[in-house]
Amino acid sequence: MSDRQEIEKTVRRLIEPFNKKGVALTDSTTFAGDLEWDSLTVMDFVAAVEDEFDIIITMNMQAEIETVGQLVDAVGRLKG
Amino acid sequence: MTDSLQTADAPVFERIAPERDLMSKFDGLIAERQALLDSGVRDPFAIVMEQVLSPTEAVIQGKKTILLGTYNYMGMTFDPDVIAAGKDALDTFGSGTNGSRMLNGTFRDHMEVEQALREFYGTSGAIVFSTGYMANLGMISTLAGRGEYIILDADSHASIYDGCSMGAAEIVRFRHNSVEDLDKRLGRLPPEPGKLVVLEGVYSMMGDIAPLKEMVAVAKKHGAMVLVDEAHSMGFFGANGRGVYEDQGLEGEVDFVVGTFSKSVGTVGGFCVSNHPKFEAIRLACRPYIFTASLPPSVVATAATSIRKLRHAHNKRQHLWENARRVHDGLTQLGFTLGTDTPQSAIIAVILPTQEQAVGMWQALLEHGLYVNMARPPATPAGMYLLRCSLCAEHTGEQVERIVDMFAQAGRQMSVIP
Repeated sequence: MSDRQEIEKTVRRLIEPFNKKGVALTDSTTFAGDLEWDSLTVMDFVAAVEDEFDIIITMNMQAEIETVGQLVDAVGRLKG
Repeated sequence: MTDSLQTADAPVFERIAPERDLMSKFDGLIAERQALLDSGVRDPFAIVMEQVLSPTEAVIQGKKTILLGTYNYMGMTFDPDVIAAGKDALDTFGSGTNGSRMLNGTFRDHMEVEQALREFYGTSGAIVFSTGYMANLGMISTLAGRGEYIILDADSHASIYDGCSMGAAEIVRFRHNSVEDLDKRLGRLPPEPGKLVVLEGVYSMMGDIAPLKEMVAVAKKHGAMVLVDEAHSMGFFGANGRGVYEDQGLEGEVDFVVGTFSKSVGTVGGFCVSNHPKFEAIRLACRPYIFTASLPPSVVATAATSIRKLRHAHNKRQHLWENARRVHDGLTQLGFTLGTDTPQSAIIAVILPTQEQAVGMWQALLEHGLYVNMARPPATPAGMYLLRCSLCAEHTGEQVERIVDMFAQAGRQMSVIP
């Protein structure tokens, strides 16, 4: 598996506990729209992703990340 | 929003297509409020106090009501010395300053209140802003610049978040009151850039206090500066009433302390105190300090007098803590779920499972003659509905008894308690 696939798999695993409606995930699934997450859910989820990969996703960066695919790419860059 | 504010001769509003009407984005909010009002309750966010009788009583819709949601912790609003100082300043300096602190808006009593703050906090510097909100907005947006970091508690007040949005720094959040989480996040940031850790002494929604001692130690370990908002602790935490940081033995460890005149001091305004040798430079760079009118002379005069009296208000302090303990014990015994297991501050939050129960209970209390704050998401953490009570040093023993009684009656009426 490539690095990106590896990250994607982990991100999807981290999304599951917050995916209350069982939405099918693709790269273009949006957190606010499709998953209907509120700001508190986003906060908990981001903390889980940060701890899993030992990175920081600043709120400034979070504002630019709307989809699962964008998050996977951002994690890849931050892990550098 | 209040119907009575609409006047009969207002011009008919010329309609714009809904898709271009900028006000369309509020349709959801308008509908939600309407649904709440349609259920037959009073609007919890449109209370009018027709008369204020004392720091603890007002007339609301013709009914004498005990106030348990005002942040008037030290009951200074009707202090005769405070009022006399305000009247004197009105007579001597007029009703307003018409200008910025930087230009024509600094009068004798603006200097006087900053001196009172330096004495109260034992610091070399004090800067007064027009509100507490603007003190946070100004300090946070000005201190941390591009390429630097602000690390803040997830449950921070809106003024702290807005200070972050206004500035250009990178923003990192940590889990509420988690020392470990703060440590971990600071550890992941690059060591070189400047960092500001923003904390609050008392968190106003649940009334819990921060483990400042441990958090400040962690911040120092990572080379970060620390700003603590002590809005809800002034006057009754620590030997000199400076706040939770003083109570936890952190004199000289906190770089910036932000506070407000609208709570314990009993008027309006905000401030920051610091021992930093370059602190005065904030006045030259801080936009929310420069580009707004300064506080009216009567306001700074009342604040200065109140702050000087708060330094010696030992009996009030003691009485406030007694009141907080008695209400906390009383509500716990009745079976209510509270925000904290022990009375940590002068705020006691009653947690209710649904908006319906919260609003119902809020209205029942009001009908019995008790005003508390209703708080709802997104202001509350974890999507909770709260009835937030804040005690005053001037609540009498008899009022405290009636407060607990009214909670008992309203709680049973709404089946919140057995």
